[in-house]
Amino acid sequence: MVFTIADKTFSSRLFSGTGKFADPSLMTDAILASGTELVTMAMKRVDLNKSDDDILSPLVKAGVHLLPNTSGACTAEEAVFAARLAREALGTHWVKLEIHPDPKYLMPDPIETLKAAEQLVKEGFVVLPYVHADPVLCKRLELVGCQAVMPLGAPIGSNKGLKTRDFLEIIIEQANVPVIVDAGIGAPSHAAEAMELGADAVLVNTAIAVSAQPVVMAKAFKQAVEAGRMAYEAGLAATSVHANASSPLTAFLDEIESVSVD
Amino acid sequence: MTGSEASFAQHLSGYHWDDIKLSFGAKTAADVERALSRSANQTRLDLNDFMALISPAAEPYLEQMAQRSLQLTQQRFGKTIQLYVPLYLSNLCSNICTYCGFSMHNAIRRKTLDMVELDAEIAAIKQLGFDHILLVTGESERKVGMEYFRQAVPKIRENFSHVSMEVQPLSTQEYQELKDMGVDSILVYQETYSRQTYAEHHLKGKKNDFDWRLATPERLGQVGMNKVGIGALIGLDDWRVDCFMVAAHLQYLEKRFWQTRYSISFPRLRPCTGGLEPKSVMTDRQLVQLICAYRMFNPELELSLSTRESAAFRDHALPLGITSMSAYSRTQPGGYAEAEPALEQFSISDERHPKYVAQAIVERGYQPVWTDWQPAYGRSAIE
Repeated sequence: MVFTIADKTFSSRLFSGTGKFADPSLMTDAILASGTELVTMAMKRVDLNKSDDDILSPLVKAGVHLLPNTSGACTAEEAVFAARLAREALGTHWVKLEIHPDPKYLMPDPIETLKAAEQLVKEGFVVLPYVHADPVLCKRLELVGCQAVMPLGAPIGSNKGLKTRDFLEIIIEQANVPVIVDAGIGAPSHAAEAMELGADAVLVNTAIAVSAQPVVMAKAFKQAVEAGRMAYEAGLAATSVHANASSPLTAFLDEIESVSVD
Repeated sequence: MTGSEASFAQHLSGYHWDDIKLSFGAKTAADVERALSRSANQTRLDLNDFMALISPAAEPYLEQMAQRSLQLTQQRFGKTIQLYVPLYLSNLCSNICTYCGFSMHNAIRRKTLDMVELDAEIAAIKQLGFDHILLVTGESERKVGMEYFRQAVPKIRENFSHVSMEVQPLSTQEYQELKDMGVDSILVYQETYSRQTYAEHHLKGKKNDFDWRLATPERLGQVGMNKVGIGALIGLDDWRVDCFMVAAHLQYLEKRFWQTRYSISFPRLRPCTGGLEPKSVMTDRQLVQLICAYRMFNPELELSLSTRESAAFRDHALPLGITSMSAYSRTQPGGYAEAEPALEQFSISDERHPKYVAQAIVERGYQPVWTDWQPAYGRSAIE
């Protein structure tokens, strides 16, 4: 069940976030319960002047890989700056590239994202861009050297599930890099659905963080992702649009034909 | 000029104050239930729904509104509250406004922080743990205008990751300059959207120009200011009509300047030097109703609660839709480094030290957020 992005191998296909939790200790407990090995954190929330940052310290202690994100950046220029800052401050060359100039729906800007991705890849970053579920854009990002793509299932934080399912299927079919479904996953069943489609991983934050019991919900997501992946690997039974009637209407033809032959 | 290019002043002329006031009385339980059901179905509410939610007909539905508002706020913002602190640069003012302690005709000692005093204020505020700051300037364009800001803002910029400003309405070019210096957001409240009432309360000075103030958010949108704060001073005129106008203003701005974030505050008139009796009193219940209605109308909107409100109210109201709060506000220039209460703009109600405000936030099951902005964001020139 393991999979690889760039030089890292993961046994958990559930990635999680650090935003929206009521407190850092609950965040840590939920992350540990989820079994996740890659945790995204917003550079804008890290206080680089504090050595014991509330969010950063427990994550370092928990031993998970950090995936700094550029959330809050509205342009390629700002995102590149944040990525460089993250590399220097956190000692990682991995970055989740997020550029959303639209503060209402937080829709990612495809043009600025492609521009920033190209630049960051040149600078040696492992770039995981958050994008709309746009198959062509995902191929373009793969071509400039991104090590994975992170298309959205629905608007961030909406918990609406895989509203972009048709396009996710195309992206997964065409990708030569891992596809991580990000945003919109609001229930374990959504995560399982993404895994059944063949996504390599999912990223879940809001659905866990704002749940009444984040630790329990984290476990539920862990199991859903495992079940979904297992189902994908086992191969889902084919669905049919045609009815397979138990009393076929055309069976009499076989009888007539056998009589006439006699 | 096409419809989409029309200014908000033109939109405003299409609204008739008295008609809107009457419309509130005509809202029924069915209107409120429709708005609640649209919100539950994740349908975006329109101005008509908003009107129903702040009408008297919605009062019996307050608990339902609060539950929905809490849900929407947690979904969008999580269980977090952003903390900020105001820094009063000056209490000089060249306006006469009937409701403000800084009004030119009030005999108070005037003070503008010099750069040494500003350093002391910055150091005192940093000690309190804040990283987001709101600069408040009074309205004295000649003495506390761009020349002063060119000295003060870069100094503040170096010390705080997010800089907001409450400053007199400026020109587009001046806003561009402030943005280039590192100001992330500008707050400018219309006070009231009634032209007549506005004229009654703004007796002298440039603030007397209703249209110049009304078009301020548009000038800010034109320069791409990251965040714009709008609002009405609750109590100058009928609060329901004013708050409806704020919602209409917000809707107009969001459509036109889609890359800008918006915040709303709802300051209620407080006792101050030369105090004014509010024409329209908003109760605590009505303030909760308003907060919930704004949240249901616009789930992405940042809603801010200042220390004008009591500690008890703030603690209980914070889960209902609020996303940011000030704490330990000193409303007089120099108030953090050296307390001189005689100069304050208005009396605050929540006097708690930030660590106790943060503690109260934690006790409610929320995380106080001190830093939520990357200093490079929103800068036109990044080194």
